[in-house]
Amino acid sequence: MTLADITSAPPASMAKAADEFATLAPSPRELMRRRAKSHIGFLTGMAIILFFIILAVFAPLLAPHDPYDQNLTARLLDPVWGPKGTWAHIFGTDAFGRDILSRLMYGARLSLMIGFTAAAIAGVIGVTLGIVGGYFGGRVDAVVVYLTNVKLALPVILVALSIASISGGSIIVLILVLGLLTWDRYAVVVRSLTQQFRDQEFVLSSLAAGASHARIIFREILPNLTNQIIVVASLDMAIIILIEAALSFLGLGVRPPTPSWGLMVAEARAVMFFKPHLIMIPGAAIFLLVIAINMAGDGIRDVTSPEGRG
Amino acid sequence: MTKANSSNAPGGEAIIDVSGLSVDIAVPAGALHAVNDVSFSVGPAETLSLVGESGCGKTITSLAIMRLLPRAAKLTANHIRFDGQDLSRLNEREMTRLRGNRMGMIFQDPMTSLNPVYRIGDQLEEVYMRHRGASRKEARERAVFLLEKVGIINPGQRLTQYPHQLSGGLRQRMMIAMMLMCEPKLLIADEPTTALDVTVQVQILQLLRSLQKEFRMALILITHNLGVVARMADKVAIMYAGRVVEQGSVEDVFDRPTHPYTRGLLHCIPRHGLTAGHDRLGSIPGIVPSLVGNISGCSFRNRCSFVHDACGTGDVPLRPVSDVHDYRCLLSPEKLGETQQGVAAQ
Repeated sequence: MTLADITSAPPASMAKAADEFATLAPSPRELMRRRAKSHIGFLTGMAIILFFIILAVFAPLLAPHDPYDQNLTARLLDPVWGPKGTWAHIFGTDAFGRDILSRLMYGARLSLMIGFTAAAIAGVIGVTLGIVGGYFGGRVDAVVVYLTNVKLALPVILVALSIASISGGSIIVLILVLGLLTWDRYAVVVRSLTQQFRDQEFVLSSLAAGASHARIIFREILPNLTNQIIVVASLDMAIIILIEAALSFLGLGVRPPTPSWGLMVAEARAVMFFKPHLIMIPGAAIFLLVIAINMAGDGIRDVTSPEGRG
Repeated sequence: MTKANSSNAPGGEAIIDVSGLSVDIAVPAGALHAVNDVSFSVGPAETLSLVGESGCGKTITSLAIMRLLPRAAKLTANHIRFDGQDLSRLNEREMTRLRGNRMGMIFQDPMTSLNPVYRIGDQLEEVYMRHRGASRKEARERAVFLLEKVGIINPGQRLTQYPHQLSGGLRQRMMIAMMLMCEPKLLIADEPTTALDVTVQVQILQLLRSLQKEFRMALILITHNLGVVARMADKVAIMYAGRVVEQGSVEDVFDRPTHPYTRGLLHCIPRHGLTAGHDRLGSIPGIVPSLVGNISGCSFRNRCSFVHDACGTGDVPLRPVSDVHDYRCLLSPEKLGETQQGVAAQ
């Protein structure tokens, strides 16, 4: 090839063709929207979560009764499909004559609130540790790995139980404990992803363009992890809701008479053989919410798969 | 220091002047001497090409200038003079102010050099806003101006696209534009065309050349392609096992290759019209020696056809062939010239 070859301009037609090709490629958001529309698990999960969120947010408007209102003349009423069921209490009443449906709605508030805030606390801790360890490596990373290993060795339920029993089951303490006990998943996932991104040339490029380490971490790497963090957060939230129910069931979580799904199951234990629906209804609510969150989380992972981000 | 090292740039005072640059990397077996006593200078609108095979230290040299070495690497230098400052003595904060502002670097693989989650425009404008304190609007105008400079037809639309929507050649143009946002005095290009196909390579090189002249930048071009060197560079430094084995103006080095390694490299270029008896493409027998631990003597001696007892001991100094041409060998150019076919005969 001679000097004349390289000094001649590229053919305009080629550049134009490349232009047209590029404009045909859909944007990542458009690709995601298309995939989301045809993902049944994602749509179902999101619909159920949305349903629970609406119930929780509008509980004071939607609930037919006050969830704390006891009525000893209307104890242990059958649900509407039972032999003596009435439409006044669709899911019947518990041993204190409180309306199950109303308690379920207010219980959704608690479950979602605890699940969301505890997962967010865990997320902040885990993502920070993971991204710092993964990015800087060396001794910083050794500390992060050590902390993660210590955390993984802790039996979550037992620690949560002992702390809850010492401090008494206040909701704030419950949220903090669950947040502090479930960050490991974030740290592990974020750390390994950060290690992958750290060595990519766009990180080196932005260093060469004068970006500081803090800027690289928060502006260059973190946005690339958003999708995976959302997936981990959804799974974490599901687990936290289950643990909260378990703790409340054991009498160490939310205190009565606050309406909590775990507590409702616990309170129904005494009459479970005569009125099984008292256990089944809150149990079904827990099951439905957790599986919906898992479906949505899996869906998000599929919808935002890496090829969409080029 | 000989004259080939010091500033003799056409534009006057050197923009970057590197003297005695060494980089040691800590590995489990000891210290790996990745770069050893490298010195060169580049003036305005001048191009220096660092040439050598993989692992010879050319990328480490450029990362050392940018002070972007991995943490296990330790940099020592007499000085790395740039813009009135000694880069080897600046702290991280001061370097951050220089990078992307006074000096820029583009990398081998344009497919991964841009952050996939941001629009092109955001990435270009951010550099300008950060270094110049410019508003978003000013940065956008600057970006449009530079995209036109790098030969992009509809800059306004391109700026709103994501990296995955662009071809490799376009992305490399974007990278060049990004590094030119603040009009740096020094641009380092680390094999900028290796990942691109041949027709695009030519366009990118041509673009780099014309922009360099226009902005009067010093350009350090890292490559293993001697054809690119011949077309692009004013000066060339041939590196082998972490050392410069020969450096000088491109004409001198290509017309009168002196070091046996340079000769071997030039002999390895395929060309037309190989006659009978020379019908095989040349190669240099042997492998690069380990760079770990203490190194004495000439690092090329186990592959060299001129090897003799003196090669194994002591440091081999850079010696002048002419005013602007140095080589690192114990034998005189005349002696090496006597058996011109020495490498070829193998």
